[in-house]
Amino acid sequence: MSVLDRPRVEEPVPEVGAPPRLKRGWAVGATIFVWLGGWALLRGTATLELGGAELTGFHQWLNGVRDDFDAARDTSFFFQYVIGGISTAIDTVVTFFQELLSQPAFPRPVPEIGWLGVVALLTWLAYALAAWRSALLVFVSLLLFGSLGYWTDSIDLLIVTAVAVAICVVIGLPTGIWMARSKRATAALTPVLDLMQTMPAFAYLAPLALFFGIGPASAVVTTLIYALPPLVRITAHGIRTVAPTTLEASRSLGTTDVQALRKVQLPMAKRTIIVGVNQCMMAALSMATIAALINGPGLGQPVAQALQSLDIGSAFVSGIAIVIMAIMLDRTTTAASQRAEKEARAGRAGGRRRWVVLGAGGAVALVLVYVSRTYLWAAEFPERPDLGTPLSDGVTQLTDWLVTTLENVTNSLKDLVTYALINPLESLLADTPWWLMGLVILAFAYLLGGWRPTAISAVCLLVILGTGLWNETMKTLTTTLVATLIVILSALVVGVWMGRNHRADTAIRPLLDALQTIPPFVYLVPALALFSTSRFTAIVAAVAYGVPIATKLIADGIRGVSPTSVEAARAAGTTAWQMISKVQLPMARAAVVLASNQGLLYVLSMVVIGGLVGGGGLGYLVVAGFSQAQLFGKGLAAGIAITALGIMLDRIAQYAAARYGRA
Amino acid sequence: MTATTISPVKTTESALSVRHLWKIFGTKADKIIGSPDADLSRQELQAKTGCVMAVKDVSFDVAPGEVFVVMGLSGSGKSTLVRLLTRLIEPTAGQVIMGGSEITAASESELRELRRHHVAMVFQHFGLLPHRKVIDNIAYGLEVRGEGKTERRQRAQEMVDLVGLEGYEESYPDQLSGGMQQRVGLARALAVDPDVLMFDEPFSALDPLIRRDMQNEVIRLHEEVGKTMVFITHDLSEALKLGDRILIMRDGEIVQIGTPDEVVAVPADDYVRDFVSEVPRSHVLTLRWVVREPRPGEPVDGPVMQAGVIVKDAARAVLEAEQPVRVYDGDRFLGVVDDEDILRVVVAEEDEQPEPEPQP
Repeated sequence: MSVLDRPRVEEPVPEVGAPPRLKRGWAVGATIFVWLGGWALLRGTATLELGGAELTGFHQWLNGVRDDFDAARDTSFFFQYVIGGISTAIDTVVTFFQELLSQPAFPRPVPEIGWLGVVALLTWLAYALAAWRSALLVFVSLLLFGSLGYWTDSIDLLIVTAVAVAICVVIGLPTGIWMARSKRATAALTPVLDLMQTMPAFAYLAPLALFFGIGPASAVVTTLIYALPPLVRITAHGIRTVAPTTLEASRSLGTTDVQALRKVQLPMAKRTIIVGVNQCMMAALSMATIAALINGPGLGQPVAQALQSLDIGSAFVSGIAIVIMAIMLDRTTTAASQRAEKEARAGRAGGRRRWVVLGAGGAVALVLVYVSRTYLWAAEFPERPDLGTPLSDGVTQLTDWLVTTLENVTNSLKDLVTYALINPLESLLADTPWWLMGLVILAFAYLLGGWRPTAISAVCLLVILGTGLWNETMKTLTTTLVATLIVILSALVVGVWMGRNHRADTAIRPLLDALQTIPPFVYLVPALALFSTSRFTAIVAAVAYGVPIATKLIADGIRGVSPTSVEAARAAGTTAWQMISKVQLPMARAAVVLASNQGLLYVLSMVVIGGLVGGGGLGYLVVAGFSQAQLFGKGLAAGIAITALGIMLDRIAQYAAARYGRA
Repeated sequence: MTATTISPVKTTESALSVRHLWKIFGTKADKIIGSPDADLSRQELQAKTGCVMAVKDVSFDVAPGEVFVVMGLSGSGKSTLVRLLTRLIEPTAGQVIMGGSEITAASESELRELRRHHVAMVFQHFGLLPHRKVIDNIAYGLEVRGEGKTERRQRAQEMVDLVGLEGYEESYPDQLSGGMQQRVGLARALAVDPDVLMFDEPFSALDPLIRRDMQNEVIRLHEEVGKTMVFITHDLSEALKLGDRILIMRDGEIVQIGTPDEVVAVPADDYVRDFVSEVPRSHVLTLRWVVREPRPGEPVDGPVMQAGVIVKDAARAVLEAEQPVRVYDGDRFLGVVDDEDILRVVVAEEDEQPEPEPQP
């Protein structure tokens, strides 16, 4: 989601000597010819393959760094006071809330506030921030968490998310305001935000664990890094887009800067800023689940465990709980922003009645909090009704049945893609000697985007080479490319259909919106259920993750084509196919390019997480690095390689988009 | 009477005095003034230096209580000019003196004081705060200069009554029509009780009928509160209707400054002539512009009329009179006007565009 908010490369790239179309066609042909020729002759040589347990000097050095860090934790000033301070502060806050809401608070065997009190408080809070509808949603969702059997994990996840979002707001709002008011701040911070958003989330888990150890602190910091950029960007955007006339009118009456900010810009940007908080919260939730891999508390833990033990039933149930939480948070913050809008426009929303309900509700909530501190039944979520176990069993049976029934279909699909696409491409990418492959990539970078991305790619390739994981990177690249290809093709088909057919759009769009609220982690579950562990499974999850955004962008692009042009073409006797190929797609080119670009980035982040379900490549190494101490350095190196790969693909895609995306 | 001369108002008595004001957008714009480049045309200058000449060496004076209209097509620099007057845009060079104090030399806080107390502006797109009620929008200027809630509410309520917004105090701007919104803008400007009111094409975004209402509203308010007004417009009929004097701009330069009848009767060049060609002359010109020496033997004992009477209003009396009408400027005899002279003005415009619009 958040990747969307990143402005695209702004400067147009009329690079020197951008080859004209025909010449470029030849150049691409020649590059592919050399590549295939080199592959045929030199296949299997200089592939830099590295065995599963093999370590390079770099990896061992990283292991050493880890040991040094561990040792320094008690002695070094920096670790003890700076990192330790941050870490302790976060841990304290998280533990405080956990003992308050979810975990036993010593010497009590239960939290300070039992489930009944938590439900009452949060429902009341939702009513106060949004409306009764959101309150109802929160109420039902919380009861579902409990009856699915994940009360503690759910509240833990909520706590980690909330703490991260709170810190985001404290840091992000002033930063956004600063960026909106100072060009220099914008220039300085934009690359930082870009980097924060380009790095696949998976990649910075390890380095953070290195600094903050594993546990709540690093989970919160990881989540923070991932969720901060959208908030900063949207805040800055909201303040920047306050109508200039209004600002000028205010200046003409002699406002000071502070008055303008307080009385004009912030109130007028309020709604946008809440949208930013919504985006921030959704990003935080998805990252907080992934942070389970570095022992972050919450619902991610049961998902990760179930994925690793191939327990589809449990993975499904905990995944459902995450989805419910995503919907709950999304709808509530959206409703809160609508409420802010309504209050800003019409003022007296609710009026006295609302205050009465709020007051009475607050009193009831306090009573229930008291009850939940006093009686055990209100403190520990009851084991019945238990929806989790039957659901889990049902899903397991259904999956078994599906897998046996559809075995032929799923297997032939898997084999088709594996043998027709993945294997040949992987052989091409991974079996070509590294130096030739590197040159081929640079040639493509140049042909697609010009000199600048070529230079960046060269640096990234050198970094990848340095990590000693060239071969694994090429495997990850293969999966990414295959998944991106499938994403673009499906998005084109569905997006064009949606753009041309209003009914299709109204039917499909809510589904896509819903898919987009689901944290990436959850996508792995159904993919794993249907295709067990394989590279293909990771691709399926990546495709499922990338398709919604790409489809929506294309549909919007097709819809945005001027109706006059379509009408004119129809008047000239255009067939439906001609309309698509000669009018709508060319005119929506910018949207298609953007969709491919976004699809690629989404896929990459998911392919890496696919390491958990047999995706192989770098993602697997990252996961292995968390679980096996001697592989830590290799996992960290894999994280670096992922980052380099991500930056390289992103830059090439951005520059290509800037060049080809101009309508 | 030559139309381009600035009417001799002494600087000390002017409500607003502008001297050699320049605005050039672009880097190193200040180097251009005084160099030969300053004499280039706007296009040539932009091609050569990349800078855009928005306002070029403009000087004029506005008398207290005067309605001074600046007119020009889009891109003529008129909106930039009005923003230079209160430094919403910083001038490149020149002086602006308002009520005896030099705005162009004011510090940031002096400037803020000036904007808070002495000059207020009405904008084309209203610039209202969507999250505030009408009454709080009107009180905004009072609020930012630190007045208490009760005083500013009271003052704002007076303004509500003045501009005819009774009953809409608690509404939000987007619940009002464009005309009503601009009344809010007007009330907001009036609330701070400024010495000078600036209008930047305030009625361009409104329907023609509403626009006429609002023009009459401005005329009424001017009679009631007697503020000095600087009014920007691209609409000549609006300029003629409201202006005591009109400044016509093109490409950032003054083409002509004069009273409405001067501009119509003696256009400074083809640009202005083109502008005023559509104007029903009999509605603007006064007898001063048609009066002539009596011919030898012509009777000079007809009815008497004053030179300031508009031709349209004099037409019936002149046509019905047996003798040519004698025209006086006060006690001074200027000459005579007969049927033929009146018809020349009235009929000549029949060919072009007979669109009657009542002149107040």
